[in-house]
Amino acid sequence: MGVMRIDKTWKRVAVRDYPAHEPSENGMRVGRPASVPQPLKRHARFARPAAAAFRFAVPPLLGLALFILGWALVAGHTAVPGPIETWKSALKVFAHPFYSNGPNDQGIGWNVLRSLLRVAVGFGLAVIVGIPLGFVIGRFSFISRMSRPIISLLRPVSPLAWLPIGLYVFKQAQLAAIWVIFISSIWPMIINTATGVTRVPQDYLNVARVLKLSEWKVFTKILFPAVLPYMMTGMRLSMGIAWLVIVAAEMLTGGVGIGFWVWDEWNNLNVAHIIIAIFVIGIVGFLLEEALLLVAKRFNYYGDGS
Amino acid sequence: MNHYVLIENLSKVFDTRKGPFVALQAVNLSVRRGEFVSIIGHSGCGKSTLLNLVAGLTQATSGILLCAGREIAGPGPDRAVVFQNHSLLPWMSCFENVYLAVERVFGRADGKAELKRRTQAALDLVGLAHAAHKLPHEISGGMKQRVGIARALSMQPEVLLLDEPLGALDALTRAHLQDELLRIVAASGCTTIMVTHDVDEAVLLSDRVVMMTNGPGATIGAVLDIDLQRPRVRLELASDTDYNARRAALLAFLHECQGVAAA
Repeated sequence: MGVMRIDKTWKRVAVRDYPAHEPSENGMRVGRPASVPQPLKRHARFARPAAAAFRFAVPPLLGLALFILGWALVAGHTAVPGPIETWKSALKVFAHPFYSNGPNDQGIGWNVLRSLLRVAVGFGLAVIVGIPLGFVIGRFSFISRMSRPIISLLRPVSPLAWLPIGLYVFKQAQLAAIWVIFISSIWPMIINTATGVTRVPQDYLNVARVLKLSEWKVFTKILFPAVLPYMMTGMRLSMGIAWLVIVAAEMLTGGVGIGFWVWDEWNNLNVAHIIIAIFVIGIVGFLLEEALLLVAKRFNYYGDGS
Repeated sequence: MNHYVLIENLSKVFDTRKGPFVALQAVNLSVRRGEFVSIIGHSGCGKSTLLNLVAGLTQATSGILLCAGREIAGPGPDRAVVFQNHSLLPWMSCFENVYLAVERVFGRADGKAELKRRTQAALDLVGLAHAAHKLPHEISGGMKQRVGIARALSMQPEVLLLDEPLGALDALTRAHLQDELLRIVAASGCTTIMVTHDVDEAVLLSDRVVMMTNGPGATIGAVLDIDLQRPRVRLELASDTDYNARRAALLAFLHECQGVAAA
């Protein structure tokens, strides 16, 4: 009743006092939103994507264009293959990415996949070992203090310094490469998980104490979800390191892999292929990072988009 | 029972870097079953410490602390706490947050359907049935606090402990939730201890208001009976002389404490 009465009076007022050329104000006050926002919407539909495109697409594209221009300039004055030459070469390389002429001559697709496999195994082992270790170190301050000097000592060691140890212990290049990935990518996961455990808000633990939850429930319902974002950060950093290291490790160990491919093309003095490999390594690394960011976003409970 | 929650000669000393800090000393208080007691005082006077001691989250240095005739040795679901900052687990929906508590308390006795019904009933009680499947970050501060209250009540606790439950809310939401609390606590019949620094809140909700002196070495300065009739209605009380007299007494006490602190 009340609403209707108000509506009627507003209509009456609108008809009497508002000239016909102010339909939007009239419409809003009478309470027919459907008729009013349309012109606004239509305007927005054009304006927003254009603005968004300018903000999000134009600067990166401009950056890439400048980069290629700079590359072409450098290539013009040196023996380095320019963008066009590289592009032509790349078309040939990617025409048959999965060919195989024996162990030392395979398509770039195989090389990338083999590198990814090594990273997956080394990184996977580092996850399996590093994350539980991080939980233990974060939970017990005694163990944390005990492990701190070891971590501080081993973490800054250059990944390739571990390679001879791997070769000596495993007597096999394949396993040695995986060992290097493992040992160099485990640290960020240990450190971030441990940090996450120490930063679980006391309030959440108080909830657990008031409810007298079992240790298992505390872990699955509170500790693990609370630490998950930290773990994801650790995994992202580790993945970055693993992908950085694999190329160098494969250069030394040989076999099939993108790092070996780079070294092989250097021996063939095929510089265009080396440039292609650099792009492939960069793009794969970027995709790995983005994939993990996507997973991390899934575990952002706070809705702050961070 | 006359002394449902009994606190005798309680003291709490914190070990700090600068040496021992006496937060509470010689605190004596007895709360009857079904009573609503508020603890009021300036910030830093140890009101929350006192509540944490009753909750069992902190251990007393000396003194006696009993609930329903038993010593309080640690936290437990018989003394549900509503925390100041709601403390909902952000990865669980409102329903799951309450369900976690319900499952813990009634999981052995009840089937799944009954546990779900209890959870839903608790959310209904605070008027949040419609937001059951939202995550905490998707609802307002007032709603979060109501979920916190639903979680506490869903455990059917013997004692409800409220630690400045509405302190972080804006004035309008706070007033609204005070009215809700009045209704909810009356419906549950829980023995309730609430920490607050809001004079109106204390007078509106409580049977007794415990006023604490300023720390260090804080203790109970005075206790004021609020023997106003229930159910209480905020608007009617605003012009009630008894209500205003109680309010003035509280304000006078707090003002006096401030003077002592300044001097």
